[in-house]
Amino acid sequence: MADASGPPAAVAGGGVTAPGPDRATDRKDTAPRGAGNGTPGGPGVGTRLRRGLSTHWYAWVMIAPVVTVIGVIVGWPLVRGLYLTFTDANEGNVERRIGVNTIDATYDFVGLQNYVDVLAGGQFWSKLTWTVIWTVSCVAITFLVGLTLANMLNRKVRGRALYRMALILPWAIPAFVSIFAWRMLFNERSGILNAALEGGGLSAMSWLTDPFWAKVSVIAVNVWLGVPFMLIAMLGALQSIPSEQYEAAEMDGAGPWQRFVNITLPGVRSVSATVVLLSCIWTFNMFPVIFLLTGGGPVGSTDILVTEAYKLAFQRSPRDFAGSATWGVLILLLLVLFALAYRRALRKQGDKEGVW
Amino acid sequence: MRRSIGTTAAIAALALAATACGSDDSGGGSGEGGKITVTFWDTSNETEAKVFKAVAEEFSTVRSDVEVDYVNIGWDGAQDRFKNAAPTGDAPQVMRTEVAWVSDFASLDYLAPLDGTPAVENQDDYLEQAWASTQYDGTTYAVPQVIDTLALFYNKALLDEADVEVPESLEDIKASADAFEGLEAPFYLRGDDPYWFFPYIYGEGGDLVDADAETVTIDDESGVAAFEAVRDLLDSGAAITDTTDGWESMMGAFGNGDVAMMINGPWAINDAAEAIGAENLGVAPVPAGSVTQGSPQGGWNYGVYAGLPEDEMEAAQEFVAYMSSADVQQRITEELSLLPTRASVYEVESVATNEMVEFFAPAVEVAKERAWIPEGNSLFDPLKEEVEGMLLGQSTPEETASKTADRYRDLLGWQ
Repeated sequence: MADASGPPAAVAGGGVTAPGPDRATDRKDTAPRGAGNGTPGGPGVGTRLRRGLSTHWYAWVMIAPVVTVIGVIVGWPLVRGLYLTFTDANEGNVERRIGVNTIDATYDFVGLQNYVDVLAGGQFWSKLTWTVIWTVSCVAITFLVGLTLANMLNRKVRGRALYRMALILPWAIPAFVSIFAWRMLFNERSGILNAALEGGGLSAMSWLTDPFWAKVSVIAVNVWLGVPFMLIAMLGALQSIPSEQYEAAEMDGAGPWQRFVNITLPGVRSVSATVVLLSCIWTFNMFPVIFLLTGGGPVGSTDILVTEAYKLAFQRSPRDFAGSATWGVLILLLLVLFALAYRRALRKQGDKEGVW
Repeated sequence: MRRSIGTTAAIAALALAATACGSDDSGGGSGEGGKITVTFWDTSNETEAKVFKAVAEEFSTVRSDVEVDYVNIGWDGAQDRFKNAAPTGDAPQVMRTEVAWVSDFASLDYLAPLDGTPAVENQDDYLEQAWASTQYDGTTYAVPQVIDTLALFYNKALLDEADVEVPESLEDIKASADAFEGLEAPFYLRGDDPYWFFPYIYGEGGDLVDADAETVTIDDESGVAAFEAVRDLLDSGAAITDTTDGWESMMGAFGNGDVAMMINGPWAINDAAEAIGAENLGVAPVPAGSVTQGSPQGGWNYGVYAGLPEDEMEAAQEFVAYMSSADVQQRITEELSLLPTRASVYEVESVATNEMVEFFAPAVEVAKERAWIPEGNSLFDPLKEEVEGMLLGQSTPEETASKTADRYRDLLGWQ
């Protein structure tokens, strides 16, 4: 490659950083380069690619292992899953290698039939409605509680380290352990919550067996599990706000509420935008809380989209691979659309300093 | 929470990569020194596991060139685990297979046909019901290990105190409700596990489906009557139930003496006897509905993984024959009180006088075969959810029956 041996200064000056006219002069100076495939006025795609490669080959080599690994463990299953949604694949007709016997795949291409079936059925939409309610309420409550606690812990109080430790505790316990613990607390006959209610002269509640209270219970547990993350993130954000701003505002006679609205909130904006987005995506797909606490019950009333997709894929015989892949792809699409819309909304409000 | 999901995913990915690399040797196979290794996946509980492990490993004394690799994978999720391992060649040579799984595995070609192989010895000796669960499409795909069923457990002291005879029907239970004092209810009705609904459905002469006629029968009169009977027991105060954590609540209520009776299986004998004292525990066949007495037949079989090389296949079949031989069954009954599947074993003195066998043998006689179809396990979820709806007062018995039936028709494509 002739290009590769070009002087580094010329490459750096013309190809990478300087735009427009400079590049044209540079091209004239080093006339033989790019002659053949470049078009007058700017380098062609081929040239640009080649030049990019020659400049950044080192970077490409460095990320190659990561790209390969992600391609194998994320990309391939994704593509394969997408392909399955256009077929009628199930456990009984995919390729099976049973010891020395191999049974070839016999599933057929069915086009968009799976999507039609899922979208025309009522189940998807009712689960989607509940999933949205679940996500919005979990994230909203978690965020508010996290922000409040972070504000309380951001001032000098005695034993602050202890409080912080205690509040992060839910995070340190494996999720399934806390969920099982909660399940015992909620138990109607022997749970401590009902014992407390009855001890206080109130009537016991059917926490996990009444559809409404089951929904409240799963949201409560998810909030309990999610608060530490919010707390840490918001605490970090709060500590990055310079204290001079508060001092100046106090001098100007701003009250605590005014200081909170006009300094704290704008100060934590970029961090909260990110954590809220992440939190939405996590909560939308929060499988363990629902699955371990109520198993989707009572009567499927707490099933979110992912737990329902799991039921389709694994609890039926034969397992319906195509159907559950369709649910998976639809969930992915919803989240991608949500992320795009969220990002656009933030841009419109003029948020340029966020991570994106 | 957040972190743990990320970590779990990373660990899962790593584990996946690691197992993928090591999958070549995970299925057992020919070991060193020309020895053949037979891997046996057992699903028995902790107490049972010790005995099964010892018995399985003693196979080496019968065939010195075979080594048995005993792996206990537990009962919960065992079906999934086998189904994950089987299509990629990672399954064990021999799998302890629940009676309802046989047709499921066989329909997916995961199990080897065993007719006319060394695995089946003295076929006529097997109990008819036990043998039926090994059949799929007219072919034998497994060999029976143990048989079990549900029965009525009662607290003798509480029944004596209330001066109540052991009930023979649901009517009897209802009629006796007033005689008991200081109990939550006489009877605990397990409401969160569809397997426990069978006695009520069979009691009215019904069934979930009729596999021969390929029709759904749960919404027949008998099905509706069964759901009404359940509703009636609860409404009249003769029974209590829960729609979650049923097992813990049931064992707790029975153990504390909050209820005098429950329906349960042989696997619960030890726990129940410990809780209320062995001398206090009585077991009787399940109470009858308005038509008959009936409980679902359960139990375990041995399945041999399809697609084994010839020498491993032969060793696996002989291992299965050994495990279900009369001698081994007798030993297992003596040590664990599980019910044998061979008629000849019941005649052995030590088995015939075994307390548990005395309890359960009559119950097994009224046990009814379920429809052994591959979709068998898919029938449980709809039933559980619809009955849950009824127990929560969201639907009537008629609606419950027809909604369950609609979902079955969807699932099976039958009439």
